Amino acid sequence: MSTSTQQSSAAPETSAPSQGALGGHEKQAPWVPWAVFGAAAVLALGFGLLTSWNIVLFVIYTVVLGTLGTYVLSRVTEGPRKAVDRLVTCLVISAFGIAMVPLVSLVYEVVRRGAARFDAEFFTASLQGIIGPGGGAYHALMGTLIITLLTTLISVPIGLMTAIYLVEYGTGRLKKSITFFIDVMTGIPSIVAGLFAYALFVLIFGPGVRLGIMGAVALSVLMIPVVVRSAEEVLKLVPNELREAAYALGVPKWRTILKVVIPTAIAGLATGVTLAIARVIGETAPLLITVGITNALNFNPFDGRMATLPVYAYYQLTQPGVPPQDAIDRAWTAALVLIMLVMGLNVVARLISRLFAPKTSR
Amino acid sequence: MAKRIDVSDLDIYYGNFKAVEGVNLSIEPRSITALIGPSGCGKSTFLRALNRMHEVIPGARVEGKVVIEGQDLYGSDVDPVDVRRQIGMVFQRPNPFPTMSIYDNVAAGLRLNAKKTSKSDMDDLVERSLKGANLWNEVKDRLNRPGSGLSGGQQQRLCIARAIAIQPEVLLMDEPCSALDPISTLAVEDLMMELKEQFTIVIVTHNMQQAARVSETTGFFNLNGVGQPGRLIEYNPTEKIFSNPDEKATEDYISGRFG
Repeated sequence: MSTSTQQSSAAPETSAPSQGALGGHEKQAPWVPWAVFGAAAVLALGFGLLTSWNIVLFVIYTVVLGTLGTYVLSRVTEGPRKAVDRLVTCLVISAFGIAMVPLVSLVYEVVRRGAARFDAEFFTASLQGIIGPGGGAYHALMGTLIITLLTTLISVPIGLMTAIYLVEYGTGRLKKSITFFIDVMTGIPSIVAGLFAYALFVLIFGPGVRLGIMGAVALSVLMIPVVVRSAEEVLKLVPNELREAAYALGVPKWRTILKVVIPTAIAGLATGVTLAIARVIGETAPLLITVGITNALNFNPFDGRMATLPVYAYYQLTQPGVPPQDAIDRAWTAALVLIMLVMGLNVVARLISRLFAPKTSR
Repeated sequence: MAKRIDVSDLDIYYGNFKAVEGVNLSIEPRSITALIGPSGCGKSTFLRALNRMHEVIPGARVEGKVVIEGQDLYGSDVDPVDVRRQIGMVFQRPNPFPTMSIYDNVAAGLRLNAKKTSKSDMDDLVERSLKGANLWNEVKDRLNRPGSGLSGGQQQRLCIARAIAIQPEVLLMDEPCSALDPISTLAVEDLMMELKEQFTIVIVTHNMQQAARVSETTGFFNLNGVGQPGRLIEYNPTEKIFSNPDEKATEDYISGRFG
């Protein structure tokens, strides 16, 4: 995509001394592929100017022509083996570029549009009594944090204990069926999880009920299988020799698990839990059904509707009121905050795995 | 402390597969007994049956009797956890706990069993155990460093220190030197000679020179063919085994004319 700029920085280099390679072929200087892509960019620019200018077509032309040119040039000067290597390198880099397009464009767009309302008021005010400009998502942010915390409190003990059962104790048919149902749970659509939680609480409290805890239950249905799966994999990685070493010291099995297996795997367990939280924090559909939306602050997940960031963004966008622009700006900022939360959690997961990893320094 | 072990008519199974058949032997206290034999003949399985580590593997079970000073290890009221507190074990590959320091590794036997021990008692115990394992001088300045940072030979001696820290009656060693270089092997062998003053030691080894060097008594295990159970062919003083064995199979194995 940015071949033209990279080419401009590479082109001024003087030609590197070419070294002899196997088979009598000359080794290509490092700037040659860049030069080829530069030439391809110029060609594509020419095409574009002759026909009609289009940035997407320009990039596609450049990549295709550059790849072909590199391959042909390499085949002529370096031989078929090197040429295939260069061709595959070009293809892999192109695939990486294609994969990055949605991510980069999404982050760029959300940051660009969300920056407008990324201010102190957004994090300190609710939407109570707000018509038009101003207001914030303090209530939605708190709602998301409270519900996610409750979800974690429900899911992590159940998920961890299930994983411990599967790895350390489970045998035969029960283990197989639990594994099977965990797989089934992984595939449950989030809206179904929401309907399940709604139906469950309607049975107890009657129709029309909306509670923060309902959202936590719905999200737990989605989070538990993720926690079980990741914890299971991590516990399996703990070498059996460590368990045997502990048994040989006369340590009972439950203490071995508690004091040897879990501490050894703690980094992986914490990383798995953090990533599972990141997975559910942005869920919208189940919260839409179970928690609803409100404009006021509500810290109590056992009493009435709560706002959450994803649902907040959804309602600000679909029911903006008049004039619509203020609400749409708030929706973008809510999306930005959500993305930052998820990315923050991913960073935290990396830090955890580095901090808790068993130390092997001499 | 050291105790005598009597094994009678011991059959060991993995599920339906009979791995070891009809073992009868007596192991003297304060001695080193070596078990030799080809791979897969059931030496390690037999060793693990002596402290009920065998049954950790799903489906594994034992028939027959193992008696330590009159106490049947496989009696219905015996807790395998108690058995393992009396009979320590050192494994083929050094396996210090990676999350623990050198100090904590040695203290692990007591700590993990939640035995209340004062700091000074624990310090004494750790020092005594590390000295017992000939490791104290090498690690006394870095007791708080991770145990996995030591060399292979040091790690194995750390595991021995960890095993003797719980003051067992018997020490089982499953090829303790097979992952070590000759110098570390020598250190571990010297250590065994010292430890036999206090413990009953049973060692499985593939190294016949080692068996000849350290043990008083040697047992030779063999199996008739693949899928057949292993059996104890000969059990005699080490000198006799290596100079004038009763059985032809033993002589063939020791002199390298095997199979």
